[in-house]
Amino acid sequence: MHIPDGFINAPTSLAAGAVAAGGVGVSLRRAAQTLQERQAPLAGLVAAYIFAVQMLNFPVAAGTSGHLLGGLLAAVLVGPWAGALCVAVVLLVQALLFADGGLSALGLNIVNMALVTTWGGYAVFLLLRRALPATRASVTAAAGVAGGVSVVLASLAFVVEYAIGGTGGAPVGTVFAAMVGVHTLIGIGEGIITALTVAAVLAVRPDLVYGAADLRTPLVLDVTPGGPAREVS
Amino acid sequence: MRSNLRLFLAGGLLVALGLAMLVSGFASSAPDGLNKVAGDHGIAASAKQHLFENGPLAGYAVKGVGNDRVSTAISGLIGVLVTFGIGLALFALLRAMRSGPGSGKGAAPTRAP
Repeated sequence: MHIPDGFINAPTSLAAGAVAAGGVGVSLRRAAQTLQERQAPLAGLVAAYIFAVQMLNFPVAAGTSGHLLGGLLAAVLVGPWAGALCVAVVLLVQALLFADGGLSALGLNIVNMALVTTWGGYAVFLLLRRALPATRASVTAAAGVAGGVSVVLASLAFVVEYAIGGTGGAPVGTVFAAMVGVHTLIGIGEGIITALTVAAVLAVRPDLVYGAADLRTPLVLDVTPGGPAREVS
Repeated sequence: MRSNLRLFLAGGLLVALGLAMLVSGFASSAPDGLNKVAGDHGIAASAKQHLFENGPLAGYAVKGVGNDRVSTAISGLIGVLVTFGIGLALFALLRAMRSGPGSGKGAAPTRAP
């Protein structure tokens, strides 16, 4: 879903750049406040994993492919603030090193794939978590469904950008129908990959999953006089 | 606990490298959803060339490497390591800012000295 240079006009791209900078700024501040010590290296790994899986285009329909966007996955693993930064790092590396995603469109791409997927997707994830029982299976299911929805949200963000500053001649309604249609299919792939990844991390290190923090066994303090407080697992 | 986390990170990085270097060779080369829609509806014509179109790694291919699989694998290796490095540095920096003077509200001590 990387927008190349030229699809969206300069003023709209510039405005999106400002929105992206603001969103990244907020994420930096909030992540600095909330990121747990053990989650810091995990966030680096999440970024690297998203880069890797974004290389794996899967076929969705005749002559069309899709790949993981990973924003919701990052949000569930390390939280929506650090998650947005993970995807922004991936997009930066892709645009600068691999010529994937236009430089003038970097703001647009950050808005769609780093902000809309993580924050919008995470809101959907939280709603689902509220409706489902507090179990690991629920976390996996909610992540999968929210991951799928996040792709459609990102495609809608593109349609909005196209409606404001699209340079092509296609009517907005046509682009809307085509984008939402194909990204619903891609969203199914996103949901499956997201659910599988979340399930795998939950199986190995459930304590590292931000979106499952409420399922964690509570901290038990050793109250022996003079004994140090420690985590009992 | 700490070595356990290291092990998890090392395992995760290996998985990422395996996906980017080996599985990527089997990825679909069809246009993605956005590019397909752009192609079908005449938007693609307005695309401009990327400034780094002729860069050494442009398009996930290494300039001068003839074998497609090898070229993609090297791109994946470089991309994963660079992304991991930038991510580690960024989040370590954010952590350092948090534990800086006067910040961090009531972080629980979880590590015995």
